[in-house]
Amino acid sequence: MRWRQQWIAFETLVIKEFLRFIRIWVQTVLPPVVTTALYFIIFGNLIGRQIGPMEGFSYMDYIVPGLILMAVITNSYANVVSSFFSAKLQHYVEEMLVAPIPNYVILAGFVAGGVARGLTVCAAVSTTAFLFASFHLHSLATVLSMILLTSILFSLAGFINGVYARTFDDISIVPTFVLTPLTYLGGVFYSLDMLPAFWQKLSLANPILYMINAFRYGILGITDIPLALSYGIVIGFILVLGALALRLLDRGYGIRH
Amino acid sequence: MSKALDIRGLRKVYGNGFEALHGIDLTVEEGDFFGLLGPNGAGKSTAIGIVCSLVRKTAGQVRVFGIDIDRDFSSAKSHIGLVPQEFNFHVFEPVIEILINQAGYYGIPRRIASERAERNLHQLGLWDKRNSIARNLSGGMKRRLMIARALTHEPRLLILDEPTAGVDIEIRRSMWQFMRERNRAGTTIILTTHYLEEAEALCDTIAIINDGRVIEHADKKTLLTRMPRETFILDLRRPLTQLPAIPDFGLRQIDPLTLEVDLTRHCTLNDLFQALSRHGIEVLSLRNESNRLEQLFMEIVGNDDRERQA
Repeated sequence: MRWRQQWIAFETLVIKEFLRFIRIWVQTVLPPVVTTALYFIIFGNLIGRQIGPMEGFSYMDYIVPGLILMAVITNSYANVVSSFFSAKLQHYVEEMLVAPIPNYVILAGFVAGGVARGLTVCAAVSTTAFLFASFHLHSLATVLSMILLTSILFSLAGFINGVYARTFDDISIVPTFVLTPLTYLGGVFYSLDMLPAFWQKLSLANPILYMINAFRYGILGITDIPLALSYGIVIGFILVLGALALRLLDRGYGIRH
Repeated sequence: MSKALDIRGLRKVYGNGFEALHGIDLTVEEGDFFGLLGPNGAGKSTAIGIVCSLVRKTAGQVRVFGIDIDRDFSSAKSHIGLVPQEFNFHVFEPVIEILINQAGYYGIPRRIASERAERNLHQLGLWDKRNSIARNLSGGMKRRLMIARALTHEPRLLILDEPTAGVDIEIRRSMWQFMRERNRAGTTIILTTHYLEEAEALCDTIAIINDGRVIEHADKKTLLTRMPRETFILDLRRPLTQLPAIPDFGLRQIDPLTLEVDLTRHCTLNDLFQALSRHGIEVLSLRNESNRLEQLFMEIVGNDDRERQA
């Protein structure tokens, strides 16, 4: 397959994935907006007033980056895991398998779909956020790059989950029991300095902590983690998960007999 | 004539140890209408799955128009269109999108894909349903949708795995017509079907697979001449009170207006009619007791089963 044809195949996958989540926007784009608004009302406004300022910002402003990134993480992941699992379940993954598309184009198409949903939700949640909180922007490049990289990373993770999944339980176990706890414990609502020394050290094993801190730096200009380390961790994970996802596709794990 | 498909020593052993294909050889000439027959679980779908990259082979070689799938599967795939046995499209997508997306996976630009989709949907009588969600189509429409989808990249080899299963007779006949036209236009077709009447009506060459082995591979006419006998049903003009003794023909009376006869290869219908005329029996119409290929199929597969059991 020539480059031009590969590009058309990629484009087709991206359009298909985009239309898939846009068609069901009430299930995909609206819920994170409602959830984030509730977080702002309850945590940011009601509880936040008792907490007081965090590192020079109101509590409401402090939690904005974490909440946006949390929505990006969960939606990028959910988009790819559910889309790929549905493709397997309804067998329409075979439409791609019988076609001459290279596996890396299939992977790139699904990941791009996850990123598209991540960015769409990011735009919707950010708009909601700034209805409640003040607008800050410290580094646009950091904000955009960290959103993109985080979205790619969790789209890849969602893809791998989709490949291994055999039942609907399998696609909800990771988001519920791994992703959500890691996100909540990744410093969305607090600074690392607030934790006892042991928990501070343990938190450093949580990759989401690095993403949230880098993103918070992009918006507020504050971080608990050196920026270069955050980028290193995120890019490292992308390379490892990307290689694993591609290997699973090449082996036809769960999709070819 | 070149070979559209050339399979040599194809073996498939599944993870649970079940050997679905025992090293089969199969050749399909370009332009052929090829019938791949066999009982359920014989290995037909496994063989097709390997050719289309849905199943990994254990051993053997597969060439599609001379292209070895182990060397350049991508090029080989671009020549194949598959209509699988099970529905395998996104049930919540509109019909037209399913076709355009499939073309996109083959690298066909959207504009060309739309034109081809329109043409194929018209030909298969689905144009009015182009914006319908696929799950709302009837069973016959879904089958035709899969045919239209398999044709969007204009494959040289079309593989139809039970394409008319569960389709009513009127639609089945129109699908036969469509397949014949495609074949006449130069597309090589491989058809698997349990309707042996369908295989007899459409196919030029027949292969029979049983228990993962090819037990017959010949052109249809040659195959049919191997039938040791044919059973015919004769409808009579006038009721027959008693069947006269007519030697050489195993005549049986079903009812006063119907006779059944087994015709061996040594006797002709002319001989039969002459014998009947001599006894004043007039035949109004005649038909096969069952489909000829079906009769032969049962015999070949039955013999193979008996031989292997022995």
